[in-house]
Amino acid sequence: MSNSILKVKNLNVELGREKVIEDLSFELKEGDVLTILGPNGAGKTVLLKTLSGVLPYKGEIEWQKEVKIGYVPQRLPFIKETPMSVEEFFELKGSSKKEIEKTLNSVGFKNNFLNKNVGKLSSGQFQRILIAWALIGNPDVLLFDEPTTGIDIGGEETIYALLAKLKEERNLTILLVTHDLSVVFKFSNSVICLNKCPICQGIPKEVLSSETLHKLYGEEVKFYEHHKH
Amino acid sequence: MEQFLLSLAAGIFIGGVAGYLGTLMLSKKMALVAGPLGHLTLPGIALALIYGFDISLGAFPFVILGIILIWLLEIKTKLPMEALTAVVFASGVAIAFLFLPIEQAETALVGDITKVSLSEALVTTILCFLVFFIIKKIYSRMVLINISEDLAKIEKINVKKYNFFYLGAIAIIVALGVKMVGGLLTAALIAIPVCAARNLSKNLFQYVFLATSFGAISAFLGILLFKFTDFPAGPLIIIISASIFLMSMIFKKGT
Repeated sequence: MSNSILKVKNLNVELGREKVIEDLSFELKEGDVLTILGPNGAGKTVLLKTLSGVLPYKGEIEWQKEVKIGYVPQRLPFIKETPMSVEEFFELKGSSKKEIEKTLNSVGFKNNFLNKNVGKLSSGQFQRILIAWALIGNPDVLLFDEPTTGIDIGGEETIYALLAKLKEERNLTILLVTHDLSVVFKFSNSVICLNKCPICQGIPKEVLSSETLHKLYGEEVKFYEHHKH
Repeated sequence: MEQFLLSLAAGIFIGGVAGYLGTLMLSKKMALVAGPLGHLTLPGIALALIYGFDISLGAFPFVILGIILIWLLEIKTKLPMEALTAVVFASGVAIAFLFLPIEQAETALVGDITKVSLSEALVTTILCFLVFFIIKKIYSRMVLINISEDLAKIEKINVKKYNFFYLGAIAIIVALGVKMVGGLLTAALIAIPVCAARNLSKNLFQYVFLATSFGAISAFLGILLFKFTDFPAGPLIIIISASIFLMSMIFKKGT
């Protein structure tokens, strides 16, 4: 029986005057992989940000003591405004060269990547850089926000293969936001369907019926079901 | 000759630090904010010219006012920055011209670093070093904040504290900048060397090094040209700076 790493009780988040998350409760154990599903604007990214302590909230968020969190944002559009090498981007986090190289290697880059201009990377490469950035400092938990667009074709599969490998190597607990239903079944042992208020939660195979998905996505569900290979 | 060397020293320091600071401002689309800030200082410059005290001293309270306005705008309202520029900062220009002695309008608008006194040059140098070290201290955190406030907060960076020092550095540099290139050209002093540097840099180190150098070189050559042509130094500095930018465009094509 593994230990509880996160307890969320009656979580409510408001941005401005708009309620973005209503009355969400769930629990995670060490080593869990939780997928957060939902249509655009459902509050998925807001949930990740709230859990990482960036946004104000009502209710309870109780992390295991001294837990370290790594956050992989959806994208960082402003990074192209400043010329920066991969190494310099990691130095912003105060990491040593040795640690940077080690972490880059673990996401599949060679050391010669250190001198590349961050703004010139492909979207898939940049996403792996963001994962490596989050892994600096050896977090226990990884919050992963999947970009909705702009990842090179074929890139998505390798990202999830990479996340699975990292989870094994580092004993990570992972919370991820995705649009891809196949990822939910293959990769995660727990799911929350979110459309401002929680629509379903539990083990993917048990709770994800076409009925619940219909409720979650409305008419779009057909597309998503076909997407499942 | 001594006067010339004093203005040269003050100019090089202001130009260099303005370029350095600009590398932080460009990424947050703040570089042009220096423009309206410069305009807003004009009433202060006018007062300084009438009562004969230091231009930067007159400008400083108005920069602070401007920065509070920017801060209020960013935090409290959702008005676009253009609205603020159009309404408030243009009012600064208008008010200044109500009582600005017309024969001194040139100094107010395009600056005059060439009559700087020994004590002014000393204070300028000290302030430039102060700002330089503030920027150096906050630099990597500020870059992260510029890239993503969320990531910065997750790294437990006190974003408000860093923004405070950042805006403070902007205030000092704008106040010093108006002395050199006037209320109209301060934005150019901060923005142009940085744009040129960005064209030529592959990493942060080159970016900072080139922006600082271009700022200092423009001031140096501009003041030197003034010595030989007697055109006002402020516009010469900006023209040199713009020429460097044009050359950077050519080299950028080559890479």
